[in-house]
Amino acid sequence: MGMFDGLAGFGVTFSTMFRKVVTEDYPRVKKVTAPRYHGRHQLNRHPDGLEKCVGCELCAWACPADAIYVEGGDNTDEERYSPGERYGAIYQINYLRCIGCGLCIEACPTRSLTMTNEYELADDDRQDLIYDKERLLAPLLPGMEQPPHPMRLGEDEQDYYVQGPEMARRPDVQDQVREEIPMTPGAVPGEAR
Amino acid sequence: MTQAPEKTDAEGPPIREGHVRLTIDDQVVDAPQGELIIRTCERLGIVVPRFCDHPLLDPAGACRQCLVEVEMGGRKMPKPQASCTMTVAQDMVVNTQMTSPVADKAQQGVMELLLINHPLDCPICDKGGECPLQNQAMSSGRAESRFVEEKRTFAKPLPISDEVLLDRERCVLCQRCTRFSRQIAGDQFIELLERGAHQQIGTEETAFGEGEDFQSYFSGNTIQICPVGALTSASYRFRSRPFDLVSTAGVAEHDSSGAAVRRDWRRGAVTRVLAGDDPEVNEEWIDDKTRFAFRYAQAAGRITRPLVRGDDGELHEASWTDALERAASLLVAARDGEVVSEAPSQTLSVRNGTSITEDSGDSADDEETEREPKRGVGVLPGGRLTVEDAYAYAKFARLALGTNDIDARARAHSGEELDFLAAHVAGTGLGVTYADLEEASTVLTVALEVEEEAPVVFLRLRKAARQGTAVHHLGQWSTPAVVKTGGHLVACAPGGEPAALDALPDALAEALTRPGAVVLVGERAAEVPGLYAAVSALAGRSGAKVAWIPRRAGERGAVDAGALPTLLPGGRPIDDVARAQLASTWGVTELPATPGRDAAAILRAAAAGELAGLVVGGVEIADLPDPVLAREALRAADVVVSLEQAHSEVTPYADVVLPVAPVVNKSGTFRNWEGRDRRFATTIDPSGGSSGRVGGTAAITLPDCRVLDTLAVEMDVDLFTQTPEVAAAELERLGVARPARPAPVRGPDHPDRPEGHHAALVVTEEEYLVATPAGLAEVDVVSVVEVDDEERAATTSDADGGLRLATWRQLLDGGSLLVDEPELAGTARPPKIRVSTATAQRLDLHEDDVATLAGPRGELHLEVELADLPVDVVWAPARVVEPGGAVTLAGLGLTHGGPVRVTGSHDGSQR
Ligand code: SF4
Ligand code: SF4
Ligand code: SF4
Ligand code: FES
Repeated sequence: MGMFDGLAGFGVTFSTMFRKVVTEDYPRVKKVTAPRYHGRHQLNRHPDGLEKCVGCELCAWACPADAIYVEGGDNTDEERYSPGERYGAIYQINYLRCIGCGLCIEACPTRSLTMTNEYELADDDRQDLIYDKERLLAPLLPGMEQPPHPMRLGEDEQDYYVQGPEMARRPDVQDQVREEIPMTPGAVPGEAR
Repeated sequence: MTQAPEKTDAEGPPIREGHVRLTIDDQVVDAPQGELIIRTCERLGIVVPRFCDHPLLDPAGACRQCLVEVEMGGRKMPKPQASCTMTVAQDMVVNTQMTSPVADKAQQGVMELLLINHPLDCPICDKGGECPLQNQAMSSGRAESRFVEEKRTFAKPLPISDEVLLDRERCVLCQRCTRFSRQIAGDQFIELLERGAHQQIGTEETAFGEGEDFQSYFSGNTIQICPVGALTSASYRFRSRPFDLVSTAGVAEHDSSGAAVRRDWRRGAVTRVLAGDDPEVNEEWIDDKTRFAFRYAQAAGRITRPLVRGDDGELHEASWTDALERAASLLVAARDGEVVSEAPSQTLSVRNGTSITEDSGDSADDEETEREPKRGVGVLPGGRLTVEDAYAYAKFARLALGTNDIDARARAHSGEELDFLAAHVAGTGLGVTYADLEEASTVLTVALEVEEEAPVVFLRLRKAARQGTAVHHLGQWSTPAVVKTGGHLVACAPGGEPAALDALPDALAEALTRPGAVVLVGERAAEVPGLYAAVSALAGRSGAKVAWIPRRAGERGAVDAGALPTLLPGGRPIDDVARAQLASTWGVTELPATPGRDAAAILRAAAAGELAGLVVGGVEIADLPDPVLAREALRAADVVVSLEQAHSEVTPYADVVLPVAPVVNKSGTFRNWEGRDRRFATTIDPSGGSSGRVGGTAAITLPDCRVLDTLAVEMDVDLFTQTPEVAAAELERLGVARPARPAPVRGPDHPDRPEGHHAALVVTEEEYLVATPAGLAEVDVVSVVEVDDEERAATTSDADGGLRLATWRQLLDGGSLLVDEPELAGTARPPKIRVSTATAQRLDLHEDDVATLAGPRGELHLEVELADLPVDVVWAPARVVEPGGAVTLAGLGLTHGGPVRVTGSHDGSQR
């Protein structure tokens, strides 16, 4: 044993003293995630507020953790939630199960389901961690109208799928979206990738 | 086995008689002559893609997806051939897509063509996930589409009936649906319309904007066999995906067919019912009632907790312990004739707020002072039971209640029927089968409107008729079933059936003596005195086999399990030998010796204050032969214990209501009309766990046999029917003990028959109006039975206009298991009064006008339709759904063969 061995142990301490601090000041300062971080899901809307989800259950099928429960419903002319025949009447994601893999996002044929960067998914009640449609739906932006309402962008669902992406790419709409929900790049179809 | 193809014919074992030897994908195979190439491939495990091909339908060659390369005599056919229409031949060489690039390319080309106008909307399509087009587009299609032009679009979905929705964009024009309707069901309401890109499936209604929609009791089968999502069901629309459903095999619960079904369910509730595949029973078809009526298990009226009538006269939820104790003490008191406390059953009130008016009950009670004490309990289990549950009822009546007063027949019934059942049905095991019907040379149906009362049997009869069986119907008019099974009607006046059987046309009488002839008799024979005796006599005379086809699923099992007043389990009569044998097996000293009362007598006795109590199972009051008497009996009985799935008309009279499990929540056996045991396992076991996957959201209810077992324990009696399995095992152990020579069927003329005998109305040849309305032209034989004038004079009275009623029930008429099925109800045949043109003229009725059908207890307003009925005979459905509830003709005091009054409403007022 040399006489400096005792001091050598402090080497680590001293050298760390002059490094950048890694401690997060969470929750006072929120962490900014990577842009593609897999956070809470969001069910997106068409530019007129109609839901994009068609209740196809493909997300539920793709989910390896069996975290999603969907039941379809029949749109009628009087009560319309999405363009076309079918909408997601019941939509639940169980965040006790979800492993954040994002396979559901890949499966969604309408880009209805995307992920936000919101990562604060903790609660003291198991029931509250089953998010239902109300909590998952994207907020209404200006120009959007709370469904049910008739199709505003065209005659049938074809018009939505043809015009929707175009509208979403318009700079004014994009700015609007960024302003409203800054942490959700995925919510703007056509913008990401 | 692989050999060089060109050498094969000379080598190998000799070819069997009637077979040919050919080569498929380099494998040598022997196939029966006339086999389709696609079937031979199947046997070799080679799957050729296909859409239109269906083993139970005639080949069509409509979709061209099944192309294969064929070589005959060493020369290739110039183009690929459809393997579903071409039959095998000696020395043929077939190359499927597995070995032939030409066939593969051809299939890909066809697939590309089929997909050109296909909307590719799999995510919202109900077929997605179980779709042959999806699957085969993956296996036999190209990955990329070259079609960039605009697709042809149609408005969708297009309802072609209340239950069936058509999406013409998805249709691949395979014509399975039209071929099914034409060949199997005989309902030609859908057809291929238009040409070219606009070719589409449609109905008269879709083609012309008005006309007939898809009217069929079998329409659901087209949904199931449609290889794409072009036909979907309104009730299953967007309900779920195949991959989140659990499929459980089951047995049809709505009729006595014993049809195999597959129940798909999710989260404790059935989402759809599909036809199972059982070649011996229902092949691959079921009727729409079996397919679409399943929501009753989730209906609002379901009872899931026991109910006990409290001191306030209202029913309150109670624990099982309390309810069973109360029921047991009430039943024991009623059985032993002890005075039952006056209070509870007198104050009646219906849960839903409507109260029952008591006009007769109270005042009579005051005078009732020194009568014979009421004693005994009658049991009405109803006709929907499994064999095990029926056995439990039978045993409960004998052991716990010490009586033979039990009758599962909640419908018109007679003592003559009991004789017939003892002689021809009880304990006879597997008798006439579906296959026998198909092979029979001649079939005669008696008191059985086969499409309405046994739809799966109808399909077999139609298949038989198409293969040459002569199917004769003893009835009143050329019903759709008559027309669709070859059109042989033996017309007779209602009530004249026994006479008609005695004087059948010679050719038919002779045909029935030939081997393989079958007589099918329906439960309605009980409505005509002498008919069961006549059927029995006919069978004895001709040697034809007889089969009894009841409507309800549980009737045959109830006969064999002894849920009848004159029969003990296993077809045993109530004699000393059988009683002693049974008593020793059951471990008791004694069994009741006197034959019991039948359902009508039980109700009469209860109404007259002889019986003190009633145990009532799944009985609908309106279905009983005398609903007024039944209500009177329930009111008069001191003790009423009801075992029901849902609130019924019995509930307001009950002192204790014990909930029982619907068919999907229990296991058991339905014995179908053939006598075949159709065992089924629990579909959804609500007690099986807490997660949705095992059905935890369904209410936990117990089968009747378990409830009765526990109730009996409270009465200090052991039934040993805790589970259906235990009950079945005991019944099995008991075995069958039919008397060696069953007693003959005593008709109304027999001195033992106190019941009256209303003679038949007589029809002579001139009077029978052979009006052949358009569409009925195939009715080729109409034989008319003549009965002498004297009898005619005796039965026709001028007071009622000389009209006689013919009636039976239609398939969809609002039974208690049809609740919450609006789409299905929409496909019901509209109830109509039918008369002949001559009768209509005499009564001044006009087609499509509303006429009034009146009986002693009320009247009914229905539209008039002209049909080829005998003169002065009126046909009307036996049960009609009215806004206020079901109305039965029996409830109006009308019977088949009895007098009736019909008047047109000239003022045009409808209701
Ligand atoms: S992210 Fe993965 S685990 Fe979470 S819901 Fe989607 S598929 Fe399921
Ligand atoms: S979120 Fe997408 S994948 Fe899931 S049901 Fe809705 S449309 Fe289908
Ligand atoms: S509707 Fe279905 S079954 Fe009928 S022709 Fe079209 S694809 Fe075939
Ligand atoms: S399956 Fe052969 S032509 Fe359709």
